[in-house]
Amino acid sequence: MEVVQLLVSGLANGCVYGLIALGFVLIYKATEQVNFAQGDFMMLGAFVCLGLTNAHYMGLPFWIAAPLAIAIMAVLGYLLDFFVLRHLFGQSQTAVVILTIALGFVIRFVAGVIWSHEPQTLESPLAIGDFNIGGVVLGMADIAVIVVTVLLTYFLYQFFQRTKLGLAMQAASQNQMAAYFMGIPVKRVQGMIWGLSGAVAAVAGILFASKGAIDPNAGLLGIKAFAAAVIGGFGSLPGALMGGLIVGVIEPFASRYFPAGYSQIAPYTLLLFVLVFRPHGLFSQVRVKKV
Amino acid sequence: MSTLLEINNATLKFGGVVAVNDLTFSVEEGEVYAIVGPNGAGKSTVFNLISRFYNPYAGSITFDGHNLLDRNADSVADLGIARTFQNIELFDHATVLQNLLVGRHRHRKTNLVQEMLFTPKVRQEEKRHREAVEEVIDFLDLQPYRDKMIAGLPYGVRKVVELGRALASGPRLLLLDEPASGLSVEETQDMRWWIDDIRKQMGITVLMVEHDMGLVSGVSDRVLALADGAKLAEGTPQQVQSDPAVIEAYLGAGAA
Repeated sequence: MEVVQLLVSGLANGCVYGLIALGFVLIYKATEQVNFAQGDFMMLGAFVCLGLTNAHYMGLPFWIAAPLAIAIMAVLGYLLDFFVLRHLFGQSQTAVVILTIALGFVIRFVAGVIWSHEPQTLESPLAIGDFNIGGVVLGMADIAVIVVTVLLTYFLYQFFQRTKLGLAMQAASQNQMAAYFMGIPVKRVQGMIWGLSGAVAAVAGILFASKGAIDPNAGLLGIKAFAAAVIGGFGSLPGALMGGLIVGVIEPFASRYFPAGYSQIAPYTLLLFVLVFRPHGLFSQVRVKKV
Repeated sequence: MSTLLEINNATLKFGGVVAVNDLTFSVEEGEVYAIVGPNGAGKSTVFNLISRFYNPYAGSITFDGHNLLDRNADSVADLGIARTFQNIELFDHATVLQNLLVGRHRHRKTNLVQEMLFTPKVRQEEKRHREAVEEVIDFLDLQPYRDKMIAGLPYGVRKVVELGRALASGPRLLLLDEPASGLSVEETQDMRWWIDDIRKQMGITVLMVEHDMGLVSGVSDRVLALADGAKLAEGTPQQVQSDPAVIEAYLGAGAA
């Protein structure tokens, strides 16, 4: 019974890691850039929703605030690409890495100024308490996180398989020159990928904040999600999600069955093993480009 | 016959190097027009001007009455211009079928919501695209490779897939950048029949850059010889091949 409990809370955490990892991979696949502020995007999405819905701030109904927060983060992602990253075109990868790390600091600082550095709880209807199935106490929020993640993954999968824009995004990520010639406006499509990953980050943030208190440093979770993305194979969307779930599940088990502190290093130990024995990740679909 | 593509006094400079020098030529609807010339003559640069990867320094380019210079690279396909690349630019981590389907991109008219819901209209349209792509697969004998990843295919096959992707877009003008380079004698022969059929059966105008003079004289109506970005000679394949200026550019003075 205890195992089931650990598993469910691990999976719920893992879903949040997985969604952030998904954001990393979306952007990497489409633009070969790595957005190290992805975790801070998640935090910002959570705070935007919190600011819109908490009685202490604007007090909008949650079901209006949440979609609004997701839309705001999508627009922010798009604008970030439009005003900043597009102008780094042709610069080295390092420039983007440093820029996004710095951006993370800025977001953390700005969020602290607006919403203070104290931990706060999102007044979310998803966090309505626990229920008991045959001796296993499950948090409603945990179940909600898992359900929403499954739905979102299904939605994204359909989006990439079926829609013109989804296919255009895949095409632009594989060969920009050819994509142009198929009539795909590559730069705008890449901006939309940034928007999409902003929206996914907001969903992750809202779910994360429904599970417990958040503060502006919550974005540092992104490091764990980055490890999850690498474990899953950096170019694969299902891999990112699986990587997140693995990291999420390892943690509670390590803290239950190993001495204190092991749960914190467990994800990175796994990362190390994956990098040594399966450098393309556990779920890599394709080999990395070779020259 | 009417003029489909018209290039007037186009000039392109890279720094001090004049890549295309005051070049004027036009392609008639329904013909096969070939551009030949030594390496560095500016042949591919002309293609990149038409594809809108480069902006000419001076001059004009019109296609069927539309000013191409008003357009970006991603809106050239909409006019019905498709191209292949000298070094093959395919979507490597996708199958042959998927690559050809991307060629249909410009014809997809449904919106995001309809697509997510997979409405009857989307289904109908999807069926139409699949049919169009299957026709191309049959035409180019790509059936055995239909569901193979591009990354594992031999060079010659990839070259044909790229031609197929261009055809799948249903173009009026097809730009072929060295369609026979790297192909075996047999594959070049196939390419020759295909270009013939593309013109005769599908009624598509072809503009190609090619080194293989056998292929050029076999399929082209008219040939343009370039040297140092400028027009050297223009006419039927025989006229151009026997032009003293062309022979000099290829073989050096004294050979003629």
